[in-house]
Amino acid sequence: MKPPQFDYAAPATLPEALALLAHPDGDARPLAGGQSLMPVLAFRLASPRLLVDLRRIEGMDRIDIDAQGVRMGAKVRWCDIERDARLRTALPPLAEAIGHVAHYQIRNRGTVGGSLAHADPAAELPGIAVACDATIEVASVRGTRNIAAADFFQGALATALEPDELVTAISFPAWPAGRASAFEELARRHGDFAMAGTAVWFDLDAAGRAHNTHIGVIGASDRPRRLTAAEAKLDGQVVDARSIGEAACAAAGACDPADDLHASAAYRRNLVGVLVERALARALAGTRGGLAAAGSTVNRSGESH
Amino acid sequence: MEVSFKVNGNAVKAQVEPRTTLSLCLRDHLKLTGTHVGCEHGVCGACTVIVDGEAVRSCLTLAVQVEGRSITTVEGLAHGDELSPLQAAFRRHNALQCGFCTPGMLTTAHALLTEEPDASADRIREVLSGNLCRCTGYVSIVEAVLDARAAYGGPAGDTAHGHAAAATGGAGR
Repeated sequence: MKPPQFDYAAPATLPEALALLAHPDGDARPLAGGQSLMPVLAFRLASPRLLVDLRRIEGMDRIDIDAQGVRMGAKVRWCDIERDARLRTALPPLAEAIGHVAHYQIRNRGTVGGSLAHADPAAELPGIAVACDATIEVASVRGTRNIAAADFFQGALATALEPDELVTAISFPAWPAGRASAFEELARRHGDFAMAGTAVWFDLDAAGRAHNTHIGVIGASDRPRRLTAAEAKLDGQVVDARSIGEAACAAAGACDPADDLHASAAYRRNLVGVLVERALARALAGTRGGLAAAGSTVNRSGESH
Repeated sequence: MEVSFKVNGNAVKAQVEPRTTLSLCLRDHLKLTGTHVGCEHGVCGACTVIVDGEAVRSCLTLAVQVEGRSITTVEGLAHGDELSPLQAAFRRHNALQCGFCTPGMLTTAHALLTEEPDASADRIREVLSGNLCRCTGYVSIVEAVLDARAAYGGPAGDTAHGHAAAATGGAGR
């Protein structure tokens, strides 16, 4: 369908954009790449009175990496993330997940801020944000505030944003070298939304025990979320086939997917278990110290069979 | 609203509503009907055009968003009546049947090969996964794009294979 009628403004500065979003008539929506908003309009799922195009606003499209971590402006596009080789060490789960985000043409326009504000439960960036303890920076004429990703996503297509607020950036804490991580997802077609996906990471101590375990899932709930029951199965344990299997089993039990056109809830639950197991095994194998441990895991699992 | 941009090298102006998509502006306002509109919500890729060198879905872009930008549509690929090397490769490989998806396939592949002339078969498949074809199938399309790489400065195509594929396709009709 054609989009419903709306007014359009392309302010040159952030304060002007925020003033437009705060208009007392309400119902203004920000527009960046439009790769989530345009389908919503085409389906007439929303009919805002005013679209505030952010294209002329400068300085919101930078990826800054320093000792504090990674900060990405809301207008950073998927193709910008894909091309930034620094992210492979500064935020490995994002660098790994980006190849799964949308199709070629959409990656040229889709933005970080748009994906976060749209809050599709199966989208990769919201999942990475929750799994990696990100903070989402928002602004309005009333000021700015920082929202933890875990509190930002409140349900399918529902966020903590007030109607006059704009996502301006997302920041991630610094990523230490040697941290184990992996991202896995299954989609019907490469680039489509995930049927389910997971981002996992943990720190290994000298004895091969996991600490600070994070297991985030997408497509397995009404929002991206961490599975703390599964994390608890790994924390303080030696990471091997047994503890990975227990964590994966707990992950399958801890998620609450819905039935839909593409898969039953039971299928998705099982898929979460499989993906978490694969991701944890690959995260372990990716650590230098983990290579030997992964070898012993294979032996141990071989003996037990 | 008035919007000004370039299409295939020519400066154009159009009077559009804010809600007018770029695809609609190209087809209805500028009468460039080579850009096809399939799903109108960003799934099928038929409406792909190139904006400042980047492939984008014109159904997910408002005309007012491309103010001052430079657009290439499928009409901009050929040199007069002479097919571009990519278009010629599509013809050689029978990489189209009904032709509905073809403008999007061509613009997507053109943007890809311009940026990455040495794109592998896997990379080509990954990129074209955003474009749906419902009749010819993808094998001949991927072969055509592989064959066209040489014209963009990429590896020379296997012409013997190309001719064989074309001959097989012809015999199959």
